[in-house]
Amino acid sequence: MQAGAPRKHRFSWDTFSAVATLIPTLLVLGVFVYGFIGWSVYVSLTNWNSLIPSNTFVGLQNYLDILQTYRFQSDLRNIVVFTVFFIVGCLVVGLFLALLLDQKIRAEGFFRSLFIFPMAISFVSTGVVWAWILNPNTGVNLILKSFGMKHLPEWFLSTVIIPNFGLGQIDVGIPLALLAVVIAAVWQMSGFAMAVYLSGLRGISDEIKEAARIDGAGAWRLFFAITLPQLRGTTTTIIIILTAASLKIFGLIYAMTGSGQEFVTDMPSMNMFQTTFQGNEFAQGAAIAIILLLLLASFIIPYLVSTLRRGDEA
Amino acid sequence: MSIVWKRTLRILLYVLLIALALLYLVPVYVVLVTSLKTNSAVSLSQMWELPHGLSFSSILSAWAQLGPNFGNSFELAIPATLISAVIGALNGYALSKWKFRGSSVIFFLILFGMFIPYQSVLIPLLKVLDAIGLYNTIGGLILVHVVYGLPIVTLIFRNYFAAIPYDLVEAGRIDGTGYWGVFTYIFLPLSIPGFVVAGIWQFTQIWNNFLFAVSLTNPPNQPVTVALVNIAGSQTVQWNVQMASALLVSIPTLIVYILLGKYFVRGLLAGSVKG
Repeated sequence: MQAGAPRKHRFSWDTFSAVATLIPTLLVLGVFVYGFIGWSVYVSLTNWNSLIPSNTFVGLQNYLDILQTYRFQSDLRNIVVFTVFFIVGCLVVGLFLALLLDQKIRAEGFFRSLFIFPMAISFVSTGVVWAWILNPNTGVNLILKSFGMKHLPEWFLSTVIIPNFGLGQIDVGIPLALLAVVIAAVWQMSGFAMAVYLSGLRGISDEIKEAARIDGAGAWRLFFAITLPQLRGTTTTIIIILTAASLKIFGLIYAMTGSGQEFVTDMPSMNMFQTTFQGNEFAQGAAIAIILLLLLASFIIPYLVSTLRRGDEA
Repeated sequence: MSIVWKRTLRILLYVLLIALALLYLVPVYVVLVTSLKTNSAVSLSQMWELPHGLSFSSILSAWAQLGPNFGNSFELAIPATLISAVIGALNGYALSKWKFRGSSVIFFLILFGMFIPYQSVLIPLLKVLDAIGLYNTIGGLILVHVVYGLPIVTLIFRNYFAAIPYDLVEAGRIDGTGYWGVFTYIFLPLSIPGFVVAGIWQFTQIWNNFLFAVSLTNPPNQPVTVALVNIAGSQTVQWNVQMASALLVSIPTLIVYILLGKYFVRGLLAGSVKG
């Protein structure tokens, strides 16, 4: 046998051992992930919409029913609005913080830890605390009032939707209540964007920057011509991970606002939970869950395939 | 650029950083001042004011309600973290150093489980746990967190072991040890930082989890996150007790973060899959 670089092994006891190591995990995930997803799909195609299980096949009826409800249409609006604001917020704040920390400052470790610490806290704690900070009768509004502000924001209790045009059964636009939730979510997760951006910034070689500087590029030009383009891959990674987190958002909403009046802060995850466990409409709950899964899979699968393929070539 | 101008920019940079740091600490300030007030001192209009003298009555009253749930969360998080970390180390070793035909497909199939919305497995999960007698038990939650934690711990250990030179495997083989020998004598002793990263990550995730906890347990078996939401959702509980509860629930993961933050960040970055 030749000594050298790692290679794919032909059959040997060692390869056999490697496969044997992985088999329990594969079996367990085969059942708990893939098997259960299949089972949920099956449930979503039956009419099990009461406490008594039923196996009567109804095709896509549950999906059609769900898509026509005021609540699920609101969910789709909310999840899109929330995700867009949440991602943009985290990217902007995260990049800004990373750039500040990348200036060879003193106590960098301290500041970095401080901006990341909210990530160690549960979404439910964050929700409880921010519900108090953004409570319209107290909290931030007290400060705004002392500055002489007359029309104080209603925060997460607002039912205003702008620009508000009717589509299907719902008003389409940005529910202002969601922006209050976005503030809490950005507080919690921007540290993640910062940490990834910081490692991205550290990965840009000094030589490129030096070369640009010698060519006479100023600070702004250096940023837009060198730094930002070099961070494109980093940005994609952050967007993918945060979108996955955003589509699944549950604890924060549950603890901070609930579904809200007229479902202005409802989400597919909340709808699924209540439809299934409080409404006992298991088939409809399963249908919501499967729609949510398809949304996530549509961008996670391409992402995983492309990163793993790149890793194999390297 | 003149020296003066440069120095001014530098000062501005620190002023900005400190202002931002204070902004991030606003919730901490609010939680601390509110939970150190007594029931009678909590009024909506004085929310931002410091308490007149320290009172631990809110914290004690929060502890009286949350204490048993703390036990549940520790009973859940510690075993689930340890078990999943061990399995993750074995999987990561197999996937990083013994690649075989199809191993990247297997890696993909494992990783995908990390991204699914758990709602899509929740109904079958509930039925199965019920059938095997683990519904509404801490044991059931341990099982669930071990299983759905497998993707991330496998990923963390795979990336960790991938950075260890392959020469070490060759050296072990020349010495006549095989797959398990190389693992036991070479990789296991080197894997402590990997265990710290995976352990911290899992502990934090499991402690903070809400969806499984609220779907699969009832009182008195609920973890702290569910107990916190119950306290916050009740109309009769004062704000000071709510904030004290949120504080108590956050303390264990915050202590871990303060002591081992560097490793927490490594877990955070591991979540952004590298090939």
